[in-house]
Amino acid sequence: MNFLRKKLDNLKRPFGKGQKWEKYAPAINAFDTFLFVPNHTTHTGAHIRDAVDLKRTMVTVIIALMPALIYGIYNTGYQHFIQTEEAFTFLDAFVHGSWKIVPMIIVSYVVGLTIEFIFAVYRGHEVNEGYLVTGLLIPMIMPVDIPLWMVAISVAFAVLIAKEAFGGTGMNILNPALTARAFAFFAYPTYMSGNKVWVSEASNIDGISGETILGTLAAGGNVNYSFFEMFQGSIPGSIAETSALFVLIGAAILIFTGVGSWRIILGSFIGAALVGFLFNLWGANALMSFSWVNHLVVGGFAFGVVFMATDPVSAAQTNKGKWVYGILVGVFCILIRVFNPAYPEGVMLAILLMNVFAPTIDHYVIQGNINKRKKRWASALKTA
Amino acid sequence: MSVGIRIHRGATIQLKGESEKILSDATPSKTFALKPDNFFGIVPRLMVKEGERISEGAPVFHSKQDPRILFVSPVSGTVKEVVRGAKRKILKIIIEEQAGDVVTHKIPASKSLNRENIREILLKSGAWPFIKQRPYGITADPDVTPKTIYVSTYASAPLDVDFEFLLKNNKEDFQKGIDVLNALVENPVILSVDAAFSGFFENTKGVELLHIIGPHPAGNVSVQIHHHTPINMGEKVWEVRPEDVVNIGRLFDNGQYSSQRILAVAGESVLQPQYVKTKIGALISSLTDITGFDKSQQNRFINGDVLSGKAEAPDGHLDFHNNLLTIIPEGNHYRMFGWLPFMDNKIPSLSKTSLSWLFGNKGYNVDTNMNGEERALVVTGEMEKVFPMDIYPMQLLKACMANDIEKMEALGIYEVIPEDFGLIDYASTSKIEAQQIIREGIELMIKEAG
Repeated sequence: MNFLRKKLDNLKRPFGKGQKWEKYAPAINAFDTFLFVPNHTTHTGAHIRDAVDLKRTMVTVIIALMPALIYGIYNTGYQHFIQTEEAFTFLDAFVHGSWKIVPMIIVSYVVGLTIEFIFAVYRGHEVNEGYLVTGLLIPMIMPVDIPLWMVAISVAFAVLIAKEAFGGTGMNILNPALTARAFAFFAYPTYMSGNKVWVSEASNIDGISGETILGTLAAGGNVNYSFFEMFQGSIPGSIAETSALFVLIGAAILIFTGVGSWRIILGSFIGAALVGFLFNLWGANALMSFSWVNHLVVGGFAFGVVFMATDPVSAAQTNKGKWVYGILVGVFCILIRVFNPAYPEGVMLAILLMNVFAPTIDHYVIQGNINKRKKRWASALKTA
Repeated sequence: MSVGIRIHRGATIQLKGESEKILSDATPSKTFALKPDNFFGIVPRLMVKEGERISEGAPVFHSKQDPRILFVSPVSGTVKEVVRGAKRKILKIIIEEQAGDVVTHKIPASKSLNRENIREILLKSGAWPFIKQRPYGITADPDVTPKTIYVSTYASAPLDVDFEFLLKNNKEDFQKGIDVLNALVENPVILSVDAAFSGFFENTKGVELLHIIGPHPAGNVSVQIHHHTPINMGEKVWEVRPEDVVNIGRLFDNGQYSSQRILAVAGESVLQPQYVKTKIGALISSLTDITGFDKSQQNRFINGDVLSGKAEAPDGHLDFHNNLLTIIPEGNHYRMFGWLPFMDNKIPSLSKTSLSWLFGNKGYNVDTNMNGEERALVVTGEMEKVFPMDIYPMQLLKACMANDIEKMEALGIYEVIPEDFGLIDYASTSKIEAQQIIREGIELMIKEAG
């Protein structure tokens, strides 16, 4: 360890204060702090600090994403092989999936981190770790056969427009990963919806039936999957969002570590269940009579509310606001699914919509606190 | 016993090196110092010159804004040095102790004591700076009649003192001090005590007892005021620390300014953590001569607790108000892959991304490492968990950063002082300097709104 430390210190010398490459220090620091927690000590304020930092928080999210990602890789292969009707093992499916998905992850990280590094150097701050999560989320919510250049452009759009244009990490209004997906969705609709995009190499296969459940329902078709298949996730869909089971394992990690807000997750499930149940009673079309329980496990709902709606920057920030925000995400998700068949999956738009309204929700929560204080002042003046 | 205030949100961080209940005298301190920075909002005007002889209790400087507020020497001797910083700002005035006179003030019989002559004696004798005023935690304004005075004997910060032990020999002077303070206000002094423990403070006469239970920052007067009678715009409340109540009581007993300080010397680096008796502004080394400290490593000496105290050099002096001197190791070392969750669980953490909560019952080892780097504010909800007031801490911090006075006022800046954000500094994932931000916010409020 000491040897490595010395090497790094030597390597960093030209990036030091007043040295030749000082401007590029954030880039080398990002690598250094990846290996070592720095030796910085407190100088103002509290003399001791918690062991938690943003890196640790973000890595916790990545760990929580792992079960869904690994299942997603397997499911990619699984969906491919059942369509081609080849015999396959778990490993075959996994290798096939990895072959498709790992390049997408690499493209997403390379493009996104390059932009992040450029902005860090340009703005003279350290590289924020937020993109470690965003960069993994983006491929996870894309259809498997989307060309890599589209991933790259979506990533660039999301980081530049959704994040850096607003001032960088912590300032963005919209969730960057969902912005990337929304961009791809509206810019390349033929690659993002339909019945062919959810199965890898579908164009080479005749007679494919790889429609998503919500797509089938929107088109008025019948769903042939059992509840367990939907829950376990052996259904067509974006790469890593199909399995409610593995998403819930991720949710458990986020909630236990306190990294994800349980208020938002629970609120969303309550909101969606409630609206889904009311529509079940109404039952005017196939999506309305689709059981509210099934609504919670199909599509990207579970993935969206666990990993995207809980993004602390774009969500509501007050505890009361988180409840309202969460419930409304659930409500709007089902509303969009049921009333807008052009967008069979409503969770992406529901979360983006609520991202926009989150500051408004917080405003009213905080205004309530301010009004309470002002009322107290007024009554104190009266008695005085 | 009825509990007046029960605090749920917050954190008690159990550290190694708690002071044993032994009281020793410090070794004689060659020099003593007064630091104008200990009095928030005071601009000093020197009344002595270097080399001048000075009696114990004679004024050293006064407040520029109000020349009636005097700051006096804890000992008799010679003004050795006036240490100045950037822009010739006075950092400290060092007085070398020599035998000499003691200034004695005439104290009227206790029957004829009234608000006016008490105020006058406190000002003249230099005991006035013992009184702090809310909002803002500044030195009290003599022209104000406060709503009430708070004295908190419930100390909740890490390694904080036990005032029952600290003042066990000063019971009469404490009562006397309370009587004097009571004459300054309409409502009785509010004395907050630990609800879980019944000691001599319970028998104090003429006070409203406030029983407190809960984790840090329950001992902070801001939290107690907030839950008892929150400060409204335009209202003033005073605060006196328990030992300073004793000092005031003693002044009215013998007419001499009393600068007694009993400190708990605590922290991992201290060899024999214990209570040491000395005077305000004494040399830190006069205390560590008694307690010892681990000289094999670099240490940080903190006047106060690890969350809100001030760092001081080992050859420096004590601050004016603190009853705690904490010494912990410096943390200028690297930790390989230390950012991984569940790594280095010996470092205390309020987050469940560490297993440290399993290892806390014997007390934690800590050092001054940042455990990360400053980042943009991302995580929400963590500040509220350690901030037991009906105030939105993150929004208040942001209002302070934006210099938005109206918003700061509306969000409750009158009810807080920087130390209330000590735990937020500690717990923040983004490693923000919340106390510094609040301090700057309060400075702005004083400048703009008065």
